[in-house]
Amino acid sequence: MSATLTPDDLLRILRECAGDDGTLDIAQDVLDRTFTDLGYDSVAVLETAGRVSREYGVAIDDDVVAEADTPRALLSIVNAA
Amino acid sequence: MTAACVVTGLGVAAPNGVGTEEFWTASLTARRGIAPVERFDASSYPSSLAGEITDFDPAHLLTGRLLPQTDRMTRMALVAADWAVTDAGVEPGLLDEFDMGVITASSSGGFEFGHGELEKLAARGSEYVSAYQAFAWFYAVNTGQISIRHGMRGPSGVIVADQAGGLEALAQARRQIRRGTGLVVSGGIDGSLCPWGWVAHQASGRLTTSADPARAFLPFDEDADGHVPGEGGAILVVEDADSARARGNERVYGEIAGHASTFDPPPGSGRPPALERAIRLALDDAGVEAREVDVVFADAAGEPGPDAAEADALRSVFGPFGVPVAAPKALTGRLYSGGGPLDVVAALLTLRDGLLPPAPGIAVRAEYEIDLVVDAPRAVDAATALVLARGHHGFNSALVVRRPAPTRREAHR
Repeated sequence: MSATLTPDDLLRILRECAGDDGTLDIAQDVLDRTFTDLGYDSVAVLETAGRVSREYGVAIDDDVVAEADTPRALLSIVNAA
Repeated sequence: MTAACVVTGLGVAAPNGVGTEEFWTASLTARRGIAPVERFDASSYPSSLAGEITDFDPAHLLTGRLLPQTDRMTRMALVAADWAVTDAGVEPGLLDEFDMGVITASSSGGFEFGHGELEKLAARGSEYVSAYQAFAWFYAVNTGQISIRHGMRGPSGVIVADQAGGLEALAQARRQIRRGTGLVVSGGIDGSLCPWGWVAHQASGRLTTSADPARAFLPFDEDADGHVPGEGGAILVVEDADSARARGNERVYGEIAGHASTFDPPPGSGRPPALERAIRLALDDAGVEAREVDVVFADAAGEPGPDAAEADALRSVFGPFGVPVAAPKALTGRLYSGGGPLDVVAALLTLRDGLLPPAPGIAVRAEYEIDLVVDAPRAVDAATALVLARGHHGFNSALVVRRPAPTRREAHR
């Protein structure tokens, strides 16, 4: 089992991969909002998942990533991998 | 009667001026945008000069979301499109989203972005290549990003035809407007000034090897030996005249009155190049005689063969020294698909201000018999301008712009 991906780390990586306009505030319950609602499209999620996969040494299937519609869903996919 | 197709907004990013009025002032005062490449070390290549834009800061002009997914030329296109839309006074929600299209031109897509991803691929492996590469390199990316940013979902597309592409995009915008679309954001912003793009430019064999910025790109000159590549261009808002009036627009830069494109015969066919035919067909399309054309913005290849061919076409249509010819691109280098739209902006501002920008320091070969505006701006009372652009391998495009008809209010003054 590799290191656990924390919500803070996921948001940091999302910000680095796909940019941010100040909306990614963890205090604002962003973990359960949809990526679409947060302004990130499927390519942004794919890019973020690719980066997580490299940094944390986990293999994540692109098709599984495509089903993660919120940051929390992506977190559980990564941490279960 | 087909409604007129008019230009209501301009957005410019040029090597000698970022912003419409900045570019226009630079052109009239002969400020050169050609210099040794700064972005990377080009000193070991045969050609080392470029028309680089050095005062464009995307981080202050675009949101953080857009930066990771955009090539430099896309960032410039987005900013120029913002300026053009603002200039036209088009606010979100003013028009139906399906009544606004985006049609731009591109010659090579997002080369610099692709260069970065190729580096990652070679040095670190495929898992390091950005997912954004999927579209950031693509010819149609500027059209797509502008469409998303402004919520424009009407007829859209991209034209790829080297330097002719920018005029072709405007012509396609006009076609869509004639088919019933109210507004099209059009034109082109191009650029591939990165090491990978630079190698591709060298391989074309059409660049000058001069290292003197003042004597490097010399269209129609005795010493012409190739062009300097540049980056930038212009984005224009093109509208149906009635629809623009209906939304309360008051300022029109000019009408896109005519256009034609032709393709050269294959080398060795013995048939003449087709630029002259493009000019004649565009004038026919606009319903104007050659003598009614007040100014011509030349393609100005800066190579002896193509320069002679363009001079031949101008002489055949207009007679020796028959019309003033401008080549403001002598100050910027050739901007590929951005070049034609930038010349259209210069033509529209010539109609507005009555001044033709110079191509300083050029001594035109006597046998060309063209009246090139060289050392200082020339005052002209111009109502009709012809803009020419040619793309490598045979594309010819000719576009006629005309001074707007006076509005009812002006006519009653």
